[in-house]
Amino acid sequence: MTLDWKTGGLALGLVFFAAVLLVKPIGVSTQFVILDGVLWDAVDPAVVTQTEEGYTATNAYLAKSGGKYAKAVANPLNYSFLFVLAMLLGGAASAWQRGGVGPAERRVPELWKANFGDSPIKRYAAAFAGGFIVLYGARLAGGCTSGHMMSGMMQTAVSGYLFAAGAFAAAVPTALMLYKEEA
Amino acid sequence: MEIILALVIGGAFGAVLDRIGASSPNVIGRMLNLTNLKLMKAILLAIGVGSVLMFGGQMLGIVDVGHMSVKTAYLGVFVGGLMLGVGWALAGYCPGTGVVAAGAGRRDAFAFIAGGLLGAAAYMATYPAVKATGLLDAILGGNATLGTIPGTDYPGLTGLPGDTLGILLGLVFVAVAFVLPERIIRKDTRLPAE
Repeated sequence: MTLDWKTGGLALGLVFFAAVLLVKPIGVSTQFVILDGVLWDAVDPAVVTQTEEGYTATNAYLAKSGGKYAKAVANPLNYSFLFVLAMLLGGAASAWQRGGVGPAERRVPELWKANFGDSPIKRYAAAFAGGFIVLYGARLAGGCTSGHMMSGMMQTAVSGYLFAAGAFAAAVPTALMLYKEEA
Repeated sequence: MEIILALVIGGAFGAVLDRIGASSPNVIGRMLNLTNLKLMKAILLAIGVGSVLMFGGQMLGIVDVGHMSVKTAYLGVFVGGLMLGVGWALAGYCPGTGVVAAGAGRRDAFAFIAGGLLGAAAYMATYPAVKATGLLDAILGGNATLGTIPGTDYPGLTGLPGDTLGILLGLVFVAVAFVLPERIIRKDTRLPAE
């Protein structure tokens, strides 16, 4: 079942260490951009093009930093993209092995239900809106909870501390306002 | 080889996030409304353990310093952090845990991912305008670290030895993980003042 915080924290730390030992620090949010690029390029193949030096894109964000995102869009079977797909599979296997997430919880999470009721539509709308703000913010910041907060602070990166300060400064008051009922 | 590592480390990361409850919006909500900080303690411990092992490994010559990747600091990092914080509290997911939760079968996680793809696309569309505001201009030394890490080109915010400082800060994170209370807000203080 759920690990206690000491075992869980140790395991999580070992995963972050294994990543930087064997390959590079963990990051996730860039892959939302890569998947967007893959979908966009599938609809309009003119978006990402190969050049003599590598790849470029009609979109300025995909083309930045020498086209490294454009390259990943052209070759999505790369380390970082597969890493995120593997996270989904790892989450699925782990959840299945502990008996899965129950039907009521899958419909509307407990804490949300205690505060906002049992409407799945309302919950999905909030999750969708939250997803939009999270990924816009993560791309503006250049990383998310994994890349900036965990990997960044672990490396003593100034940017990681800056990000964590912003994230908690907004997240805690928001949660205090939203979740007044405990569940 | 990199493909196998992606599958193994990514899979392990997803499984651990599931097992510590990080992919449950309930656990995230209780952490952020300060009623159950066990996940915060796990996160602090993980950062500390990772830091001590990485910098310790570097000093022993086991860990390649070149595997580090320090991101640049700019005002948008803070502003983006604020935005992510609001969405994190609202949805109960961050980008990685949303993916893990979708794997675990949580339906709202798919809504989160759909919103996330749209949010990322919105950033792609507005990137030139954001860049023009100066929000992305480097501050605090750019891709700086708190100390100066031997064998890297990352500017040090201070001249302190970055690897030793990394180990010390890692130990501080571990210590904070242990002393942080499991609950900050007591139930009685959350009753409406009438």
